[in-house]
Amino acid sequence: MFLKPQTGKQQQQKQEIEPALQPWVEKYRPKTIDDVSSQEHIVAVLQKTLTSSNLPHMLFYGPPGTGKTSTILALSRQLFGPDNFKNRVLELNASDERGISIVREKIKNFARQTPRAQAVASDGKSYPCPPYKIIILDEADSMTQDAQSALRRIMETYARITRFCLVCNYVTRIIEPLASRCSKFRFKPLDNTSTFSRLQHIAQTENVPLPPSVTETLISVSGGDLRRSITYLQSASRLSSSTQPPTEITSIDVQEIAGVVPDGVINGFARVLGVEIPNDDSMDVDDSKKSSLKGFDAVRGKVKELMREGYSASQILSQLHDLIILHPTLNSRKKSQCAMSFAEADKALCDGADEELWMLEVGLTVHKALSK
Amino acid sequence: MTLWVDRYRPRTLDDLHYHRGLSERLKSLAASGDFPHMLFYGPSGAGKKTRISCTLRQLFGAGAEKLKIDQRVFLTPSKRKLDVNIVQSNYHIEITPSDVGIYDRVVIQDILKEIAQTQQVDLNAKQRFKVVIINEADSLSRDAQAALRRTMEKYMANMRIILCANSTSKLIAPIKSRCLLIRVAAPDSQEMEDCLMYVAKKEKFHLPSEAAQEIIQDSNGNLRKALLVLEALKMQSPDLTGPLTIAKPDWETYCHKVADMIVQEQTPGRVMEVRAKLYELLSHCIPATVILKTIAERVVERVDETIKPDIMHWAAFYEVRMRLGSKKIFHLEAWVIKVMSIYKHFVYSFDMEDF
Ligand SMILES: Nc1ncnc2c1ncn2[C@@H]1O[C@H](COP(=O)(O)OP(=O)(O)O)[C@@H](O)[C@H]1O
Ligand SMILES: [Mg+2]
Repeated sequence: MFLKPQTGKQQQQKQEIEPALQPWVEKYRPKTIDDVSSQEHIVAVLQKTLTSSNLPHMLFYGPPGTGKTSTILALSRQLFGPDNFKNRVLELNASDERGISIVREKIKNFARQTPRAQAVASDGKSYPCPPYKIIILDEADSMTQDAQSALRRIMETYARITRFCLVCNYVTRIIEPLASRCSKFRFKPLDNTSTFSRLQHIAQTENVPLPPSVTETLISVSGGDLRRSITYLQSASRLSSSTQPPTEITSIDVQEIAGVVPDGVINGFARVLGVEIPNDDSMDVDDSKKSSLKGFDAVRGKVKELMREGYSASQILSQLHDLIILHPTLNSRKKSQCAMSFAEADKALCDGADEELWMLEVGLTVHKALSK
Repeated sequence: MTLWVDRYRPRTLDDLHYHRGLSERLKSLAASGDFPHMLFYGPSGAGKKTRISCTLRQLFGAGAEKLKIDQRVFLTPSKRKLDVNIVQSNYHIEITPSDVGIYDRVVIQDILKEIAQTQQVDLNAKQRFKVVIINEADSLSRDAQAALRRTMEKYMANMRIILCANSTSKLIAPIKSRCLLIRVAAPDSQEMEDCLMYVAKKEKFHLPSEAAQEIIQDSNGNLRKALLVLEALKMQSPDLTGPLTIAKPDWETYCHKVADMIVQEQTPGRVMEVRAKLYELLSHCIPATVILKTIAERVVERVDETIKPDIMHWAAFYEVRMRLGSKKIFHLEAWVIKVMSIYKHFVYSFDMEDF
């Protein structure tokens, strides 16, 4: 385990960043839980805790960029206000090398000082300031089992004056005794409408012209992960505004930034494998039709070419997978045969296998399945 | 005497020969004051490192080229001492995680924290942040990658990270989504020819187009390799005309020999001979994956179309096993046996059809 408190330093750091240079993901982090989009159910439940004086231990889980960290930070801020935030909230995450013994020490020190209520804050508003402290364990699924067991005892010891919020992507990686002590909140991938309006809102505030079609591309390349779509938007706007003269963001820019392989390239590969691709007038950057190679050599040649272009194998395979599985005319039997191969390749790549060998493997399997 | 690859390495973004559009983008990013974390990826020898150092120069001026090498000691959680050589300038620091093996997390964490917490001391510095370059980022352990996540968000004020990798496949999504991805494709034939011609001109000799083509064919998009070969050839035969023989590295020739042995004879005795050769290659530190791929490439050139896919299938199969297992030789050997059996079956059934 490797956790480290960061509350104090973080605030110091934050002040140093000029607002203009702040990453948009930070700048547009929801300030209150009402700002959190698309997680209505969770927000409704948490809203109640703002008025009651109690809070259960909580476990937030769900895919990246769905608002988990933002929600707990916003909730804490609303509970304690800016002045008390520092001495009432401890944020620990996996970003530092720290043993569980140090975590225990930190939590012990933090939890020892009894919270004192302080009714009126310096900003003139009043905050509920309930009589407990919150310990946020972000990225908790990267804690070892041992660390988690140790944490269980810590939780019990300080149960009276602390509330824990565990945040993770995979709830199954949290040991049962720990998970069962918490109220669980599942964060869904953001729906397209929410993402759309969020992105539009940011673009407007930042004065970035953002055509709806480009917003659609941003959404489709980031699969419900708002952090990704916001980052891509910022990168794209950096690139387009820094050229002379400034240009408007295009879908192609967004795809390139996101590492998405252009459709023309995927179609070219698919065609070599024997997938029927309608010859529409999209910008096909493909010359494989001219190639004289056949069968094995054609597939191998294409794979080598793709590797030279530097595209990532997992990205190509995932796009090729979608193309084949959603193909309008291929029969299901052939699709199934291809699907098997994609599954094998995905596993192999996760195990660190050689990308070229596995692109070739998938290519040859698909080629064989389709040429029967 | 420095090698041509180093002597004629472009130093500024304007000097870079190919991917002009990309150079322009990097230039405007460096000027914008809003410089993001970046991930450069692409095949070996495509020019990632060169492009990164040109970008640094664009950001910080010539001072970024004044490198010093420091020996540093890091302490692992179990209190073991690690000596690591660190390359740095006043403006950036460079680390190669594979140098420190399984302790990459400790080293990266220490360095990042140190950089993040120190302000730029040089008041004349053009940027207020320092850059941390992480080479071979695809070999970062999962642990080290997890450690990078929040750090990248939190320490934006004083630090930017530039990752350099062959592929993005091995990097976890949270890291990719925090970086601006920069794909550096290998140069195409024309672009490579331009680079070779440029060096020839600088060295004041004539490079016949046929010779250039041959070098390009051989190098498979790796510009570093092409330039090294050019220099070697020029030493061998100064006028570079007539048939050229591009010397293959010893291990490659050796692998080809092994491939030929497999195709010639498929017997238990031959397996043993091949095994001895594989051992020899491994003991010379040729990576097992390279051995497997090189032999497989050669074998498929020598067998019938119908069994080629099978041979490559088993190469892929055993390559991943090799990574998961602990004894490379076992899996190489298993693959050889598999190939022999496929080959034998094929020849046998072929013979039967003749009757
Ligand atoms: N539901 C949401 N509503 C509004 N903004 C969101 C939401 N989810 C994510 N974001 C945006 O994405 C960024 C990352 O969100 P975060 O809460 O850190 O995600 P995670 O679920 O990975 O902890 C935030 O800064 C915020 O700008
Ligand atoms: Mg988070």
